[in-house]
Amino acid sequence: MALDGHVPGGPLAEKWDRHRFDLKLVNPANKRRHSVIVVGTGLAGASAAATLAELGYHVKSFCLQDSPRRAHSIAAQGGINAAKNYQNDGDSVFRLFYDTIKGGDYRAREANVYRLAQVSTSIIDQCAAQGVPFAREYGGTLANRSFGGAQVSRTFYARGQTGQQLLLGAYSALMRQVAAGGVEIFPRHEMLDLVVAEGRARGIVTRNLVTGKIRSWVADAVLLCTGGYGNAFYLSTNAKGSNVTATWRAHRRGALFANPCFTQIHPTCIPVSGSYQAKLTLMSESLRNDGRVWVPKQGGDARSAGAIPEADRDYYLERRYPSFGNLVPRDVASRAAKAVCDEGLGVGSGRAVYLDFADAIQRDGADTIRQKYGNLFQMYEEITGDDPYTTPMQIYPAVHYTMGGLWVDYNLMSNVPGLFVLGEANFSDHGANRLGASALMQGLADGYFVIPYTLGGYLAGAQLGGVDENHSSFEDTEKQARERISSLLAVDGSRTVDDFHRELGLLMWDHCGMARNAEGLTAARGRVRELRDDFWKNLTVTGSGGEFNQTLERAGRVADFMEFAETMIQDALTRDESCGGHFREEHQTEEGEARRDDEDFAHVAAWEFAGIGNNATLHKEELAFENVQLTQRSYK
Amino acid sequence: MSDVDITLKVWRQDGPDQKGRFETYQTQATPDMSFLEMLDVVNDSLEEGQKLPISFDSDCREGICGMCSLVINGVAHGPGEGTTTCQLYMRSFADGDTITIEPFRARSFPVIRDLVVDRSAFDDIVQAGGYNSVNTGSAPDANSVLVSKDRAEEAMDAAACIGCGACVATCKNASAMLFVSAKLKHLNVLPQGQPERRERSRAMLKAMDDAGFGHCTNEYECEAVCPKEISVGTIAFLNREVYRSSLVTSSLAPTVTGE
Repeated sequence: MALDGHVPGGPLAEKWDRHRFDLKLVNPANKRRHSVIVVGTGLAGASAAATLAELGYHVKSFCLQDSPRRAHSIAAQGGINAAKNYQNDGDSVFRLFYDTIKGGDYRAREANVYRLAQVSTSIIDQCAAQGVPFAREYGGTLANRSFGGAQVSRTFYARGQTGQQLLLGAYSALMRQVAAGGVEIFPRHEMLDLVVAEGRARGIVTRNLVTGKIRSWVADAVLLCTGGYGNAFYLSTNAKGSNVTATWRAHRRGALFANPCFTQIHPTCIPVSGSYQAKLTLMSESLRNDGRVWVPKQGGDARSAGAIPEADRDYYLERRYPSFGNLVPRDVASRAAKAVCDEGLGVGSGRAVYLDFADAIQRDGADTIRQKYGNLFQMYEEITGDDPYTTPMQIYPAVHYTMGGLWVDYNLMSNVPGLFVLGEANFSDHGANRLGASALMQGLADGYFVIPYTLGGYLAGAQLGGVDENHSSFEDTEKQARERISSLLAVDGSRTVDDFHRELGLLMWDHCGMARNAEGLTAARGRVRELRDDFWKNLTVTGSGGEFNQTLERAGRVADFMEFAETMIQDALTRDESCGGHFREEHQTEEGEARRDDEDFAHVAAWEFAGIGNNATLHKEELAFENVQLTQRSYK
Repeated sequence: MSDVDITLKVWRQDGPDQKGRFETYQTQATPDMSFLEMLDVVNDSLEEGQKLPISFDSDCREGICGMCSLVINGVAHGPGEGTTTCQLYMRSFADGDTITIEPFRARSFPVIRDLVVDRSAFDDIVQAGGYNSVNTGSAPDANSVLVSKDRAEEAMDAAACIGCGACVATCKNASAMLFVSAKLKHLNVLPQGQPERRERSRAMLKAMDDAGFGHCTNEYECEAVCPKEISVGTIAFLNREVYRSSLVTSSLAPTVTGE
């Protein structure tokens, strides 16, 4: 299969303009005749559904939660980047593009990233008009902050709840379209499969989570906006319901899965406290602006943090990276924490390091620190019972975001015609590592400003006749979805879904997490297969399929993680280099930093499904860098 | 702190039209467990014994999505100020405690199963006017509309509402006034919300009535349980807005924004 990213010609800065002109338009009267299915109501899904309805398309919007407003975009804290240059500090579209492509360790497509930077400014305008209460200066203009080590202040924010406010903006636009009749919403509905008919994505099969009813829906195009797969690790900062099912099922129907091994581990999360733990909580990385990270120099030092004198502490980030210190990028900070814990220097459970505010409190006073981080300190105390004003926080990295996802071209369309993938669910803009405040930007760019154009271009040229709900593909796909539910219920073993999920997660965390090597990955792959076999022999699912059944919901998602995990491992094994969040221990510099191999791996690895337990087939999209020079990232 | 033995009395209800009952469970919890993790553990053991686990809603488990919804010992979201159920930890309970767990009860929030309720009435209220009518692409440059810092903060205080419904669950009238007023105030105090201010106020209040929520009789219980600590002053704002909308006869009338 030849992978064509359909990147338009011409200079980088003109590609999107030219492309928008070249895309065919759908006549306004004809838009009413087109129906679109949007799965997921996070930033990408809600913004896409609302905007497409504004244009006149008939939209059906599906989500797992009881309301579209609860999608997990809501939990994003820090902010959203945009190249407004309101601060007059040297920002520009090109600089945002450059920072994003470099931050992604040169594993993203130039043209996509440039377009993202271009439309970033319109996102802020749109959100402000919707009533998003962004932080303001005293004069009434928008405030910005520097985030994630960026050298310019381009991050817009609404306290520590930026994701919530942006999502409520998109949700309000969506609700307006529901009232206007352009969108029908289906909350508490889960997509079980994609329907491909006559070579095109033409619908989905869903399960009504309240009644258990399984049925299919036909449309002219399907948009997957279903987020990332971080819960493959069981413990992550994702919501409990976040899952890979929609994208994995589409993958099984022919869509290529790109760079599944690219996962982001966030350095500042509250450590695991027990086997019952259900999720991990992120503490904003802004804390590293004032907190100092350290561990005792001697392993097993039993003294309390305050009783350990300066001479016996190792401020390892400041020592290893004198110029960036505690502000090194996420992947670097995470690996350094793992390294010191691997050496036996970890504190608390042994899998934690200190984040200490004593110096900052002494320097600026407790009140100043309270103003900056009061809500975070309070949240930390609620969870751990420790007071960060007097005792250093304990932190450890946790899975946070997944850069990989379904392969899409410049139009955000997968290799299956009519199947579009937006936001975290696609692979396209963050390369091997995502910068802070860029996820919100991408979700909204895709939904508000890219898909409304590119979907029209597809629909205007597609031959869509002759397919309706009576087409055999719908009957077949629906039947298979029913059979799968039945087989989950029929296993009749004794081990719970969560127990299987925990074991899978730990396996992935140990061997396909922050550091990976060929031996560990190979062993893990074998164990995933064994675990999957065991799952289908020993699983217990109580209740039935025709009712509200949360155990059954989770069982279906974990079954898909069990299949997906193997592809993730295969990708990590095949990408025999280190880049961004993907660290292969075999490929590091003498100082222990990631060593890229641009000669052999400056490509997107897009995997084609070849059956469960079989090697997926690799397709490569070579990445051409015409506007940036590939350099080694250095934070020394 | 050591582990605590807990007795749970949990509301179980097989479906919307079924009769519910309390069932009793014994469990052990560690102080560092979240309340929902404690329920996860109970459910794991029920499933191992081939018994139906307790259905309850949760998603983000960090206090922002608004999905979790339990009444714990008679209090929506349980003890602790400014927290959701998922932010409650077992160190708040003592060894030997009995904890009663019920769903958010209100006529407009029908029970789906056990502790899970249907809160789609909130979406209906937002559909009635909880938005600014701006199509994508039509917005002016964001800095062309100035918003004073105080006003932005005021809007943000109201916009912090997570739509969980605790205010309804705790109110003896099952009134949604705190929710509706928070949605309304967020938009009505901002300059971007002015063009639809009058209609929005009337329409959202009407939608609340239509959905079967009760009226406010100043009990202040909503404020006490709100996980985002939204003030009842927001309800006073709503009342003024509705009164104002009855005096102002058209959107062409001069607006007073306080800017």
